[in-house]
Amino acid sequence: MTMKISRTNTAAALWCLMIIGFALVPVLMTSTYQLNLACHVLIWGLFAVAFNMLWGVTGMLSFGQALYYGLGAYFVGLMVEYLGRAWYLPAIGIGILAAALTAFLLGLIVIRVGGVYFTMLTLAFGQLAWQIMFKWYEFTGGDDGIQGIIPPGILANPIVYYYGLLVLVMISIWMLKRMAYSPFGLILRCVRQNPERVRFLGRRVRRNQLRVYIISSLFAALAGSLMAGVDNSIHTDMFFWTTSGEVILMSVLGGLNQFFGPFVGAAVIIMIEDIVGAWTEYWSLIIGTVILVMVIAFPKGLVGELHQLKLRLTQLRARRSQ
Amino acid sequence: MNPILQLESVHKAFGGLQVTQNVSFAVMPGEISAIIGPNGAGKTTLFNQITGHLKPERGRILFKGHDVVGDSPQKIVSRGMGRAFQIASLFPDETVLDNIKVACLSKLDQTRRFFRPVRYFRQATERSYAILEDLGLAQHAGRLAFELSHGDQKLLDIGIALVLEPQLLLLDEPTAGMSPEERHRTRDMIKKLWKAYDLTLVFIEHDMDMVFGIAQKVRVLQQGALLAEGTPDEIRSNKAVVSAYLGEEL
Amino acid sequence: MDFSFFITQTISGLTMATLLFLVASGLTLIFGVGNVFNFAHGSFYMIGAYFGYQLVAVWEINFWLALVLAGIGAGLVGMLAEALFLRRIYGRPNEGGFQILLTYCFILIIDDVVKLVWGTEYKSLPRPHGFTGAVNFGDIFLPAYNLLIIGVGVVVVVAAWWILARTRPGKIARAAAVDREMVDTLGVNVPLTMTLVFGIATGLGGMTGALAAPLRTVTPGAGIEVIIDSLIVVVLGGMGNFWGAWLGAILIGEVNAFAVAFLPKWASLFSFLVMVIVLIFKPEGLFAPRQVRKV
Repeated sequence: MTMKISRTNTAAALWCLMIIGFALVPVLMTSTYQLNLACHVLIWGLFAVAFNMLWGVTGMLSFGQALYYGLGAYFVGLMVEYLGRAWYLPAIGIGILAAALTAFLLGLIVIRVGGVYFTMLTLAFGQLAWQIMFKWYEFTGGDDGIQGIIPPGILANPIVYYYGLLVLVMISIWMLKRMAYSPFGLILRCVRQNPERVRFLGRRVRRNQLRVYIISSLFAALAGSLMAGVDNSIHTDMFFWTTSGEVILMSVLGGLNQFFGPFVGAAVIIMIEDIVGAWTEYWSLIIGTVILVMVIAFPKGLVGELHQLKLRLTQLRARRSQ
Repeated sequence: MNPILQLESVHKAFGGLQVTQNVSFAVMPGEISAIIGPNGAGKTTLFNQITGHLKPERGRILFKGHDVVGDSPQKIVSRGMGRAFQIASLFPDETVLDNIKVACLSKLDQTRRFFRPVRYFRQATERSYAILEDLGLAQHAGRLAFELSHGDQKLLDIGIALVLEPQLLLLDEPTAGMSPEERHRTRDMIKKLWKAYDLTLVFIEHDMDMVFGIAQKVRVLQQGALLAEGTPDEIRSNKAVVSAYLGEEL
Repeated sequence: MDFSFFITQTISGLTMATLLFLVASGLTLIFGVGNVFNFAHGSFYMIGAYFGYQLVAVWEINFWLALVLAGIGAGLVGMLAEALFLRRIYGRPNEGGFQILLTYCFILIIDDVVKLVWGTEYKSLPRPHGFTGAVNFGDIFLPAYNLLIIGVGVVVVVAAWWILARTRPGKIARAAAVDREMVDTLGVNVPLTMTLVFGIATGLGGMTGALAAPLRTVTPGAGIEVIIDSLIVVVLGGMGNFWGAWLGAILIGEVNAFAVAFLPKWASLFSFLVMVIVLIFKPEGLFAPRQVRKV
């Protein structure tokens, strides 16, 4: 029992630290560029944490979450473009609903196959969505994207938008955390570890997989719709498979079996991408090599390996005191 | 009193090989019995047919009066039959407590609850601790399942099955691979659970201490056919059984 | 729709089918024998195309020799990748996910290396002498190079059938696809076999890339298109099913060819549609064998 209590205390402390840290960003950093960077970290952090519910928790490696991310972004972008700024906030809600519906329908098709097939199919459908958006130039603007997407009212102010974003992201992550630690989360983890046994407990494996798929995609769409207001533009790249890949890499880097791992991974990758991007365009080569090394040598990810280290140190200390 | 499990002329063949030959027997409620036989006698295959993992070609398998031939394993479990496997089927990365708790939550139909942390579900938590106490695993509650010893893992496996409150529990070689002390402990534990949970227990075993120590009835299988059926003493002195084991010490 | 149009489109479809099959068969081979899903398979195709470009367009080596060398080159890279990296994650829990992750890293690395060496502009590879024009059968004119590709496809199919059915390594490969542990106990060197199979499959993929290069431009990022196309073929045919891949390729090749003729912009959607329909009604593949392999 002692282990649990200290874990909750450390977790709560880190949680507070993180919120305070992010809350202070507009105060400490004056440049719009850095504010923009912080926005990216928050949004990708949410996207990655939501993705991890799918892979780290339930064991479903989807290579097509960009579809929902793009959907969220494009609902906002297209509705604002064609219907006016007043539709900005409703568009976020509608986009999320659309994503949930799409996830439900798509999930019905792809979840039945499982394993590698599932991954490749989500990739295929993601690319299909990208192709449609890319080629439908008249409607979506194709490769040019759509610019000038400005949130309504006071949200047009970047700092106000930032705080709104911070609140939404924190609430979302909090909701996902509750979910991860709930009976639903437990059943999902059991689905990953021993689906056959879950069936023997009288629970439906596929139904639970579908549920988490919809939930994860819902939050991916939210992340996308929030991003539209950060860069004030949308682009078909948001649907591209590399976007799906990016969120996977963030989760791996941070640690799959840790709830906050993907958030940390997102922050690290965005920071490093920012620094490295300045002097080389071969970012893929670098991140590819880093993740390669991680998969082979440090499969638990940054947070996971740190956690492991901490456990070992605690054990050593316990042994010494005996 | 009606039998809780009744096999009537159950027959199965894989190609030309008869793995179950015309097996019939009845298990009475509350009975604790063993199925023994030389290797290759078809014991596990018989279990698999009872639990729905295999389908016999002919015959009926009546569980609580219903013919379950053709039912899926999950359906049969929901009817009240539990099974522990030779290799413990657990959730290795979850704690021992959560392994039991997930079964409790399933039984209470609370696995769709997605907002409250698991530890606040008092009924499931209390029931889980109670079962762990019965299993003698309460001190390991916080450890991860894969960290347990082999014997404890098998006990945990049985524990998960017990959560679903089966009337009939099938154990496939519960003491396989255990050291003598572990076997002794498991044997006592199984007897205790049998009484405490009001079960009908059928187990496959090679460990004769288990068989003659706690079984009320022994059924002997040889080459897929039921060779003999009786109390442990009757079986011990049965010449055909002795020769089937080729002079093994009973 | 007149006869000559029909023939032209059919041949065009067969050409595409051949290329699809050559790539998909490598993918299905690695999966069937080694239980590895080579997500980066398209990247090896791309490597082959670039090697082909380098050999033919830059160093002006004989086309046919270049084809073979490109294949060997891609195969060697594949073997290195398998032996140095992929081998280390065999047997891990959640191996499938790590395989995809690792091969994804291959894609990232290979994509950038290719950009580093050859730049990002589209490259083109000329057709070899004697195959630049068209062959005519009466009124019908068929591109000679396309016919060549189909010819190569037939040769590979026959050779593959012969190797798998008649030779010892082929039989071992088929046995390993069914029961890898059994083959191990027979004394076959499994790690070496894995590396070789990987090399053969990626080599085949690379050669296909070089073969296809005169028809399509050589660009970075071609890898993902290829893998998705192969995926569609493999879904139709059933993963691990060599002949299924062949039939699936023909189906997709033809669907695509006729779709392109009528609705060029949205032609690629048709193959997708076919795949979705198959997935809904027969997820194990149209031509799946009786023994369904669970992924």
